[in-house]
Amino acid sequence: MDAILLQILNGLDKGSAYALIALGLTLIFGTLGVVNFAHGALFMIGAFCAVTLQRILNLSFEFVDETQTDFLGNPLKVKTPYVEAWFGPDIGGSIIDWAVPLAILFAIPIMIGVGYVMERGLIKHFYKRPHADQILVTFGLAIVLQEVVKYFYGANPIQTPAPDTLNGVVNLGAAIGMDIVYPVWRVVYFFFAVLIIGGIFCFLQFTTFGMVVRAGMADRETVGLLGINIDRRFTIMFGIAAAVAGLAGVMYTPINSPNYHMGMDFLVLSFVVVVVGGMGSLPGAVLAGFLLGVLESFASMNEVKSLLPGIDQIIIYVVAIIILLTRPRGLMGRKGVMEE
Amino acid sequence: MSNFDASRRRVLKTGAIAGAGVALPTIFTASSAAAFTNEPTGGSVTLGFNVPQTGPYADEGADELRAYELAVEHLNGGGDGGMMNTFSSKALQGNGILGKKVEYVTGDTQTKSDAARASAKSMIEKDGAVMITGGSSSGVAIAVQGLCQEAGVIFMAGLTHSNDTTGKDKKANGFRHFFNGYMSGAALAPVLKNLYGTDRVAYHLTADYTWGWTQEESIAAATEALGWQTVNKVRTPLAATDFSSYIAPVLNSGADVLVLNHYGGNMVNSLTNAVQFGLREKVVNGKNFEIVVPLYSRLMAKGAGENVKGIHGSTNWHWTLQDEGSKAFVKSFGTKYGFPPSQAAHTCYVQTLLYADAVERAGSFNPCAVAEALEGFEFDGMGNGPTLYRAEDHQCFKDVLVVRGKENPTSEFDLLEVVEVTPRAQVEYAPDHPMFAGGNLGSCNPGA
Amino acid sequence: MFGLDKKDTSKLIIVACLALLAPFILNPFPTDSALAQFNAGYPDLMQRFVIFGIFAIGFNILFGLTGYLSFGHAAFLGVGSYSAVWMFKLIGMNVIPAIVLSVIVAGLFALLIGFVSLRRSGIYFSILTLAFAQMSFNLAYSVLTPITNGETGLQLTLEDPRILGVSATADGSIPVTNLFGLEMRSTFELALGPWAFQFNAGYYLCALIMLAAFYLAIRIFRSPFGMMLRAVKSNQQRMNYTGLNTRPYTLAAFVISGMYAGLAGGLMASMDPLAGAERMQWTASGEVVLMTILGGAGTLIGPVLGAGFIKYFENIFSKINDNVLHTWFSFLPDGMEDAVVFIIHPFIGKGWHLTLGILFMLVVIFLPGGLVEGGQRIKGWLSRRKAKDGGKAAGETNPAE
Repeated sequence: MDAILLQILNGLDKGSAYALIALGLTLIFGTLGVVNFAHGALFMIGAFCAVTLQRILNLSFEFVDETQTDFLGNPLKVKTPYVEAWFGPDIGGSIIDWAVPLAILFAIPIMIGVGYVMERGLIKHFYKRPHADQILVTFGLAIVLQEVVKYFYGANPIQTPAPDTLNGVVNLGAAIGMDIVYPVWRVVYFFFAVLIIGGIFCFLQFTTFGMVVRAGMADRETVGLLGINIDRRFTIMFGIAAAVAGLAGVMYTPINSPNYHMGMDFLVLSFVVVVVGGMGSLPGAVLAGFLLGVLESFASMNEVKSLLPGIDQIIIYVVAIIILLTRPRGLMGRKGVMEE
Repeated sequence: MSNFDASRRRVLKTGAIAGAGVALPTIFTASSAAAFTNEPTGGSVTLGFNVPQTGPYADEGADELRAYELAVEHLNGGGDGGMMNTFSSKALQGNGILGKKVEYVTGDTQTKSDAARASAKSMIEKDGAVMITGGSSSGVAIAVQGLCQEAGVIFMAGLTHSNDTTGKDKKANGFRHFFNGYMSGAALAPVLKNLYGTDRVAYHLTADYTWGWTQEESIAAATEALGWQTVNKVRTPLAATDFSSYIAPVLNSGADVLVLNHYGGNMVNSLTNAVQFGLREKVVNGKNFEIVVPLYSRLMAKGAGENVKGIHGSTNWHWTLQDEGSKAFVKSFGTKYGFPPSQAAHTCYVQTLLYADAVERAGSFNPCAVAEALEGFEFDGMGNGPTLYRAEDHQCFKDVLVVRGKENPTSEFDLLEVVEVTPRAQVEYAPDHPMFAGGNLGSCNPGA
Repeated sequence: MFGLDKKDTSKLIIVACLALLAPFILNPFPTDSALAQFNAGYPDLMQRFVIFGIFAIGFNILFGLTGYLSFGHAAFLGVGSYSAVWMFKLIGMNVIPAIVLSVIVAGLFALLIGFVSLRRSGIYFSILTLAFAQMSFNLAYSVLTPITNGETGLQLTLEDPRILGVSATADGSIPVTNLFGLEMRSTFELALGPWAFQFNAGYYLCALIMLAAFYLAIRIFRSPFGMMLRAVKSNQQRMNYTGLNTRPYTLAAFVISGMYAGLAGGLMASMDPLAGAERMQWTASGEVVLMTILGGAGTLIGPVLGAGFIKYFENIFSKINDNVLHTWFSFLPDGMEDAVVFIIHPFIGKGWHLTLGILFMLVVIFLPGGLVEGGQRIKGWLSRRKAKDGGKAAGETNPAE
C-alpha cells in the first residue's frame, strides 16, 4: 500500500513536469497551429537560467594564499564570491543557497523575452507555411539553442542544488499513520506546477485577454474581423508559453542536474503527452501529463516488471497507442485541429 | 614526381601510374604494393582519434582529445615529454614514430555505434589512419574494434568498462588499457567488507544495456562471495532521467546497500535522486544505509556535486596519484591546459604512447607486428604500477583504485580521494573466466 | 525511354550520371591540397549518400504524395538491417539473400504498423508511428538483446554457422560480404595527376539499386496510383464521399515506403555488417523527415539532395579540427590566423551540429521549397541572364564544352 502511494506521488511529480511542458506546448501547438520542435529547448533554457543565476551569484574575486598550493604546486588562488563579501558570509551564503527559487524571478522576464523574439522574429513568418517547414525551422532553432548552451556550459550535467532547508525529506504519511517519506523539493515542485497550471487556466478563463485568446483559438478569422488585434495577443501567449516551459525548467534543476540536451530528452515525450491529451485542449494536455506520469511510475514497479519485462521502457508509447486507437482525438481533443 | 616527402596518397599514385593500375581490387585501399592497410610510406604517419564530440559524453571526449594532442606533441619531441620520461621502455626518442612525424585526424563518435564506425571508416579510407583510438562507451568500443579487425588496423580502446570488450567480443587487432567490470568488483569487495561488514543486503539498479549487465554480474558475484545477499536487481531504461520510481521501492525492500550500475548522466541522476530520497540518512537492519557507485568518473561526479561525498566506487586512475608517471603526466597536462586530466584522458594518452612504443620495438607499423609487440608486454611508469598487456585477451592488468567522494574538496577538481590502491594480483582472472567466455580473439588482420 | 516522358527521362539520366560519376564529382580537390578535407569521394560516405538517398526517396513516396508524416520510418530501416545481418550470420555472406529478406521483413513490419496507424490521420498518425518506432528502439536496446545484441549492435562472429558459407576464412578472419564472390569492400584506386579517385564495388551496387529505386519512384509518381495518392493529400474527405475507400491506397504507399527503408537498411548492413539499435531511434526517423523537407518534399530529386546534404555535414564537418584550421589559414599573419581560427572554431568539429542547425533555418527561411527550389532559382537566374546576354554568357558558364 505504501509502495503504491509512493509511486502515485512519484507519478504526480513526473506528471507535473510533463504537464507543465505540455501546457506550454499545447498553447503554441494546439492553438497557434505551429509545430514547435524548439519547445524542449525553451525548457532547457529555463533550467540554464537557474544555472546562470547560480554562476552570477558565485562570481568571485581571487586572492593568492601562499600557505596552500594547487595541484601543480603553485600557490592556491582562493575564491570568495562577491555576494559573500558584500553581505557577509551568512546572508551572502544564504542568497547563493536560494539561487534556484530566486531564478524564478530572473527567468520570467528572460523567458518572455525569448518567446517574444522567437515569435516575432521567426515563428510569425511560419503560420501560413506547411507543418513540414515549421518542423524544419524549429528543429534547426532547437539545435542552435542547444549548441550555444553547450558551447558556454559544456556537455556534462551541472549541479544546481535546492536551498538547504528544502533539501531533506518529509514524512507525508505521518498524519494518517503511515510512513511515506518523500523529498521536500519534489513536493514543492508539485505544488508549484499546480499553481502555474491553475494560474494559466484562471488567466484564460476569467480575464478579457484570456477570453479573446480563447475566441481566437476557436476562430481566428472572425475575431480578426471584429477589429481585434489577435496577432499581438498571440505573441503575448507565445511569451507566456515560453515562460511556463522555462519555469518548469528552473524548478526542475534540483531534481536532476541540467545538461544541454535535456530539452531533446523531453521533446518527444511532450509531443506524445499533447497528442494523447488531444489537440487544442489545455485540460487534455494537463490530464495526459499526470496520467502518463503515474502510469510510468506504476510500470517501473518490480511487481509489474517481473510480469511484463521491459514494460517500463515502452509504457508511454503503449498507452499512447491504446488511447489514440480508442479515442480518435486523444482524451479531450477538438475536431479538426491538425488532423489533415 | 620529384617530391617524395608527400603523403601516402602521392606514393600510392606513383605506384598506380607505374603500371599497377590494373592490379586486383584489394581491401580498403588500392595499394597492392603495401604490405598492410594504410602503410605509411612518406615522412609522416596518421593516427585516428575517434572521440565523442557531440552528445552527453562530449566533455569526456574533449578531455580525451586534449590527451591525444598532448601525446602527439610528446611523441614529436615537443613539450616536456610527460610520461615518456618515466615509461620503463625507452624505445621512444621524441622523433615521431620510427622517425616519421605523427599527424592525426579527429572524428565524432556521437556515442552511437553506427556514427562511430562511419567516422572510423572515413579515417581509414580517406585519411589513411594506421591506428584508431578513443571512445567513451563500451558499445562504441566494441563496434569500432570489430571494424578495425575487418579493416586491418590497430584499435587502442579508450574508455570502455564492459567485460565484453576483452571478453566475448575481443578481437586480435583490439587492445584495452582501461579496467573492466570484473576488476571493479574484485577491487571494491575487500574495501566494502572492511567498511560495511559481511552481513549486508544489496539492491542493484542497473542501466539496461550490455555494459550495465556485465558490471551488475561482476559486482553481485564479488559481493556475494563476501557473504552479502542480493535482494533485487532492477533494470532501468537508458533514456530514464528521473529515477524516483526506481528509488522508491528500495526504501521498503529490506536492503541496506544500494549499488548504482549507472554511468554518465544516468549515474548523476540516479545518485542525486537516491540522496534526495534520504537514503543516506536511513538506518536499515540496524545499519547505516550505504550507496555504492562501482564505476566513478570525476568529470561526471562533478554533476552530482555534494551528493558524491562519502560514496565509494572504483576508478582506473586519478590525478592525485603520487607515482612518478602520474605526476609527470599531471604536470604536463596541467601546464598545457590549466586543469588536471581525467581518467579517460590518462587512458587515451597512455594508449597512444603504448602504440607508438610497440611500433618502435616491432620496427614496423604492420598491425600484426605491433600486436605481437604489445602481447605479453610488461611495463611500468605509466601510472597504476607495473602493468601487463595480456596476450590471451589483450586486456591490461594493473592496480585498480578504490575511491571515495571527498568530504572537503579544495577545488572543483578535487572531488575524489583514493581510499586504496588494489594490487594487480587481486584483480587478475583466468582468460577463460566464465564472465569473459564465449569470445575468440581470431588472428590478427593486417588488411591488404 | 523506359516508359517515361522526356522530362523524367532527363531527370533519371542526370541522377544516373551523378551516381555513376560520384567518385569524380565528390573528389574535386587534389589529395595533397588543403581543401582535400572537403573531398567526400571515399567509399563509406558515397555508400551512405546513396543508401540514405534510397531511404529518403521511399519516405517521400509516403510523405510527398499522401501528406502522411511518419515519424517512425527508422524502425523499418533498423528491422531491415537486423534481418540482413542475421542472414549473414546464418546463411552466408552473399548480399542478395540478405537484401531480399530485409525488404520482405521491413514490408511485413510496415504492413502491421501501417494497418494500425493509418486508422488515424494528421498529427495523430505521426504520433502513432513515432510510438511504434520508439517501442522498437527501446526494446531492441534492452529486452530484445538476444536478437539485436542491444547497445553494441548485432555483429558477425567467428562462431556463426553460415550454412552456405564458412564460419571463418582460412586465415582465421570473419568472411566479408560479397556479391557472388565480388567483395563489397574491394576498391580500385585511380590516380590522375594530383587527384586520386576510389571506385568501390559496394558503392556501385548501391548506386545501381538506387537508380532502380529512383526509376520505380518516378513510375509511382506518374501512375494512376500516384494520382490517387495525391488526391488523398489534397482532400481525403472528398475522396471518401465519392464512395472510395482510400485506406488500401495509403496502406500500399506506407508499405512501399517501408520496403524502401528496409532496402536501405539491408544495403547498409551489406556494406558494413553491423546493425545498431540507434538506427531506430526517433532522431533517426527525424533525420529522414529533415532530409526530405530540406531537399524538397514531393519532388523527385529533392530527398536525395537532402540526404546528401545532411550526411556530408555529419561526416565532413565533424572531422575538421583546430589543427586543420591552422593549416588552412597559416598564410595569414599570426594574430590574424588565431583570430580567424577563433571565429570559425565553434562551427566545426564538435560544433558541426550548430552549423547544421543554422543551415536548416537558412534553407527553410529563404528557400521554402527546399534545396530543389534553390536549384530552380539558380536555373531561372541563369536562363534570364542567358536571355539577356545571348550565347556569350552560355559559353562562359560552360567552359568545359
